[in-house]
Amino acid sequence: MAPVVGAVTGVATRLRVRGLLILAVLAIWGLGWALLNGRDTLALGGAELTPLHSSLSEGMDAVDDSRNSNPFFLYFINYIRLFLDEAVTFVQALISQPSFGRPVPVLGWLGVTGLATAIALLYGNRKAALLTAAGLVSFGLLGLWQESMDTLALTLTAVVLSLAVGIPLGVWAGMSDRFHRLVTPVLDFMQTMPTFVYLAPLTLFFLIGPASATVATMIYAVPPAIRITAHGIRQVSPDTLEAGASLGATTAQSLRHVRLPMAKQTIIVGVNQTIMAALSMATIAALIDAPGLGKTVLKALQTLDVGTAFNAGLAIVIMAVVLDRVTSAASRRVEAERRAGRLLTPGRRRLQVAGVLGVTAVLGYLSYTYVWAAEFPAQANIGPVVRRAADAASVWVQDSLVGFTGAVKNLLTNGLLNPFESLLTGSPWWLVFAVAVAVALLVGNARAALATAAGLAVLVLLGLWQDSMVTLASTLVATILVMMLGVVVGVWMGRSDRADTVLRPVLDAGQTMPAFVYLVPILGLFGPTRFTAIIAAVVFAAPVAIKLVAEGIRRVSPTTVEAATSVGASTWQLISKVQLPMARSGMTLAASQGLIYVLSMVVVGGLVGAGALGYDVVAGFSQHQLRGKGLAAGLAIVVLGIVLDRVMRAATERADAAAHGGQPHK
Amino acid sequence: MTVPSLTERTPLGTETPPILEVKGLWKVFGPKADRVVGTALGRTELKEQTGCVAAVRDVSFSVRRGEVFVVMGLSGSGKSTLVRCLTRLIEPTAGEILLDGDDVRKADEKRLRELRRHRMAMVFQHFGLLPHRCVLDNVVFGLEIRGVPKQDRYVRAREVVGLVGLTGFESSYPDQLSGGMQQRVGLARALAADPEVLLFDEPFSALDPLIRREMQNEVIRLHHEVGKTMIFITHDLSEALKLGDRILIMRDGELVQVGTPDEVVGAPADDYVRDFVSDVPRSHVLTLRWIMREALPDEPLDGPELGPDVVIRDAVHTVMSADRPVRVTQDGALLGVVTSAEILEVIAGGQS
Amino acid sequence: MTNSRSGKIRVLVLVAGMGLLLNACAGAKVGETAAPAAGGGSAKACGTLNLAINPWVGYEANAAVIGYVAEKNLGCKVVKKDLKEEVAWQGFSTGEVDAVVENWGHDDLKKKYIDDQKTAVSAGPTGNKGVIGWYVAPWMAEKYPDITDWNNLNKYASLFKTSESGGKGQLLDGDPSFVTNDEALVKNLKLDFKVVYAGSETALITAFRQSQKQQTPLIGYFYEPQWFLSELKLVKVNLPAYKDGCDADAAKVACDYPPYELDKIVSKKFADSGSPAYDLVKNFTWTNDDQNLVAKYITEDKMTAEEAAAKWVADNPDKVKAWLPKS
Ligand SMILES: Nc1ncnc2c1ncn2[C@@H]1O[C@H](COP(=O)(O)OP(=O)(O)O)[C@@H](O)[C@H]1O
Ligand SMILES: [Mg+2]
Repeated sequence: MAPVVGAVTGVATRLRVRGLLILAVLAIWGLGWALLNGRDTLALGGAELTPLHSSLSEGMDAVDDSRNSNPFFLYFINYIRLFLDEAVTFVQALISQPSFGRPVPVLGWLGVTGLATAIALLYGNRKAALLTAAGLVSFGLLGLWQESMDTLALTLTAVVLSLAVGIPLGVWAGMSDRFHRLVTPVLDFMQTMPTFVYLAPLTLFFLIGPASATVATMIYAVPPAIRITAHGIRQVSPDTLEAGASLGATTAQSLRHVRLPMAKQTIIVGVNQTIMAALSMATIAALIDAPGLGKTVLKALQTLDVGTAFNAGLAIVIMAVVLDRVTSAASRRVEAERRAGRLLTPGRRRLQVAGVLGVTAVLGYLSYTYVWAAEFPAQANIGPVVRRAADAASVWVQDSLVGFTGAVKNLLTNGLLNPFESLLTGSPWWLVFAVAVAVALLVGNARAALATAAGLAVLVLLGLWQDSMVTLASTLVATILVMMLGVVVGVWMGRSDRADTVLRPVLDAGQTMPAFVYLVPILGLFGPTRFTAIIAAVVFAAPVAIKLVAEGIRRVSPTTVEAATSVGASTWQLISKVQLPMARSGMTLAASQGLIYVLSMVVVGGLVGAGALGYDVVAGFSQHQLRGKGLAAGLAIVVLGIVLDRVMRAATERADAAAHGGQPHK
Repeated sequence: MTVPSLTERTPLGTETPPILEVKGLWKVFGPKADRVVGTALGRTELKEQTGCVAAVRDVSFSVRRGEVFVVMGLSGSGKSTLVRCLTRLIEPTAGEILLDGDDVRKADEKRLRELRRHRMAMVFQHFGLLPHRCVLDNVVFGLEIRGVPKQDRYVRAREVVGLVGLTGFESSYPDQLSGGMQQRVGLARALAADPEVLLFDEPFSALDPLIRREMQNEVIRLHHEVGKTMIFITHDLSEALKLGDRILIMRDGELVQVGTPDEVVGAPADDYVRDFVSDVPRSHVLTLRWIMREALPDEPLDGPELGPDVVIRDAVHTVMSADRPVRVTQDGALLGVVTSAEILEVIAGGQS
Repeated sequence: MTNSRSGKIRVLVLVAGMGLLLNACAGAKVGETAAPAAGGGSAKACGTLNLAINPWVGYEANAAVIGYVAEKNLGCKVVKKDLKEEVAWQGFSTGEVDAVVENWGHDDLKKKYIDDQKTAVSAGPTGNKGVIGWYVAPWMAEKYPDITDWNNLNKYASLFKTSESGGKGQLLDGDPSFVTNDEALVKNLKLDFKVVYAGSETALITAFRQSQKQQTPLIGYFYEPQWFLSELKLVKVNLPAYKDGCDADAAKVACDYPPYELDKIVSKKFADSGSPAYDLVKNFTWTNDDQNLVAKYITEDKMTAEEAAAKWVADNPDKVKAWLPKS
């Protein structure tokens, strides 16, 4: 007993000492800020450049100029471009664009709807099929059939290619620790580097057109495919693998017969995430002439036409939900088939397939031949109604809530954001640097402190210290709000199936509705401010956090909950003492994903008044002489992401170790 | 099903040539493992000084053809490591492994694969079945990867499925079967390849006691039917005594004792083994050979006759009902006598 | 068993039903009614015109009218590409963009593509005059008449304070597409203001809209011609007048923005191609009012670019005639 008590008090003392140390560091910071306010803040004006930015610009120019002489571009890139262009154009010819000398695509709306429904039925289930049919018809009803098909064509092509690249690489990363270590930082980079930074250069190499849009989409959509596939391959039970090896399976055989089949379900989750990522690029890709719904959204934004933007955004959301539900159903089918020992005998399955394909073929033929089945009937267009309703709603919200939202904005900005930001930006950079490293050391470990030091040094070198600090302040505030929402709503969702059913579609919408759609109303409510940017980030990031927390809560063993209830725990005690602590890993994941999502909105924030790094990136995309600075700002965002991620991970590790009563790992 | 009693088995003659010989085998986990080979340091010191764990230390033994060879020891004593070293699922650090005279350690990738495919097969504690394949497809797996034509491999698979008593479950999936049934699949999979040596790594530890006993009997039956050499890992002494022709006892990676069950129980090599076997009902294991004594000069030698390898338990009735000492004879020669006094001493648990 | 049979029956019924449908609702066949592609002989002479569409309505108005005329009068095939300026100019060098039909300054791009790379050439002014400056909503100009003189700005600085401006007055800067001198101006004119970056035209317009609606003070960067001005006539604040060269050193600027002659840029290849579309682009000029009108058709009347152009062209045949190549 005694040593246990000793250990516990030991841990407690250490924790208290650590807490005091952190407080001391913060106090020193406050003091330093008060004394040295405004000194060595490394401020840089919006149009000002450092020599580094200029040389980055020149470097980019040099690459541009070598385009016509460098064999790498002449051959390699050109062939990739040709291939990508052909691939997208082919799918467009099938479903969206007039082709083969006809005024309509090969498959009209009826054919596409039939085919998609058939796929959903054969690989998913009846419910998914019904949803698919309804979703596709709704594109027509919204008056956006062709735009939707263009988006679908681009998304599907990008997804197929992403998977063709991502799954093999994921398998490799799953089998080889070395490659896994090598590829992870690259994927981090691809996911946090703002698209705006590489959008313009891409069009130089892949030219304006489907190829560039596809590559831009793939850069964002490949990482989840690789990560999740690798995860699936890695989690295959070592027992089964060993059994395979003991029977003399070669690496290839063990991959084919053991790893891949056993990772199949996880890989389908990866497919699902890849689709979501690809779709979330629809709007941004429209900036380089990618066809489809994204263009409609951007065009509408030029005239602040909320209704039209919403209409198109709604189509994107519907597409995301349909694709999500179909792939999820497909993954569950794999599982269900296995459990039930195949629902149908091969003969019957064949019959079913033949029947479904037969109907599809008939629909396809009709839509190839007859105008009514090729072009969605214009009379059935409810787009204008949706637009007017959205417009009215937007205007009403802006007019009636603005007083209240303005007050909220001022309260939070003046009470929380501004003091925090001025502490970060008003103190000398070396003070913030030292404080950050000390905090990383105290809440995390030496490695985190090292990463922090290196990262902050890079920020200084990039010449964007102050902008980075402004962005950091907003990012942290947004992440805190995301986590607060995540815990409150996530717990609710995790405990109530009804809440889950109601909220899930709302969250899906929040995640896939292009931010550009709701920028106008929130701008109306909060003005062009950092707070608006924070709200946009929260709208985008909170759904992920909420879903992950809910998932964690649901995973808590029912026996434990039952045991706690049996000793008379109140609901509140149950949540705070049992469910939340046990859902810890879910919460950690929620925080880190929430952070990544918040960071990926930094650029959108730049469009609505957040200034700082987001604005630098946007300006770099818009003005030739600022593009070096834009690139630097993109790098700074990546660095912020890496530093925050490392510190957060180290802090969780330490907390976990402390929770298990032991010493933190070295 | 009648279970053949172990006692009826004819002990294998020592003259049978060994199918597997292991000499000076070492397996060290950790950095610079080969430098640790030969160390005399204990477990904790070794870990502290080198960061290494010597899971198998200088183990030598040989297994005879057709024998059931049991490796026993507490959890963590290195049994699993040892058995995996035999087919190099874990690469040994030092030593020699001869399978029918072939040096397994020198085999290249391809020959090693051939060896695993044809000559040694393993049954695992956690079954290691493929969840996405039905029973029959799990059983053909080994044949499939070695390229047996489809027709042939299914014929063979049905055969072994019958052999292990799974007929009727061919198209079930692993998660629809009980643990015992799943292990039958694992067994069938190993048998399908018709290997010379079957390796079992605690195959029944995860099963509940009744099923475990049933499966043990199944192994005994199979051994009688197919007569394979078996190397069987267990931490359960009664299982070891029940199945083993010979038993190897390990502690902390080291070999402590090798012997027949009655040798192990009757003459434990040290306190570790003695402790191990202290709870065993000795009368179930020891034979008359272990308790007979020389006849006293005045004793009548016309009592009933029994062989020296008769287990005491089976001799109780004869000895207790005889009114004179029972003679222990082999090939007509008198080896000694046994009376109720000796029998009672054993049953009462006294030391011999 | 029954399940599958009923499934089979259902499939059969469906197939049969589709068959019936096939016969019953035939209707017009694809291609029967489709008109042959317009143009004929002249299409060959003109070929394809690749028009960049930069993302603002005024530009779209220019492009809509030019594209419409090129298609209808010259029989060109017009391909419109939605691109930001930087990307559009890159298109000159890769040969994918023939013309940019409303360019605001962009001296750096001119230097790179016209002077250095020689892949682009100027095709003359559009006739539109660009004005850049600081603006306030009309209600402010009414309530504080002297606010339109920069000398009085400091007097009103406290009005413009927001949560973003750190105790000073807020000067809302705009779309990152424009090079602004505002930070330098604030400093050099010793104004008690802080530049806040709205980050996009959308953000700017929303801010001005709310300023008028809620009567909240706002001063910000804006420009004409711009469709929004027909919704809300913003009032320009007069900075020290522009004189040639007063903006030579970006850090020392203390004068208003120069008036912009908006112009057209075409690719060298296109200029040399002898396409009648090049003549059309080169000859195209119109007034700010013309552009504002077409822009209004698009934004307020919610016409498509096509419809707006058709309407304007129908109403202004003479202007259009002057642009067409004399043959
Ligand atoms: N891969 C490994 N790396 C390091 N140590 C190991 C590894 N595998 C086993 N060991 C160690 O080797 C010892 C023997 O393990 P094992 O052979 O599994 O024992 P048993 O099967 O008898 O329970 C144990 O101390 C174990 O911790
Ligand atoms: Mg073991």
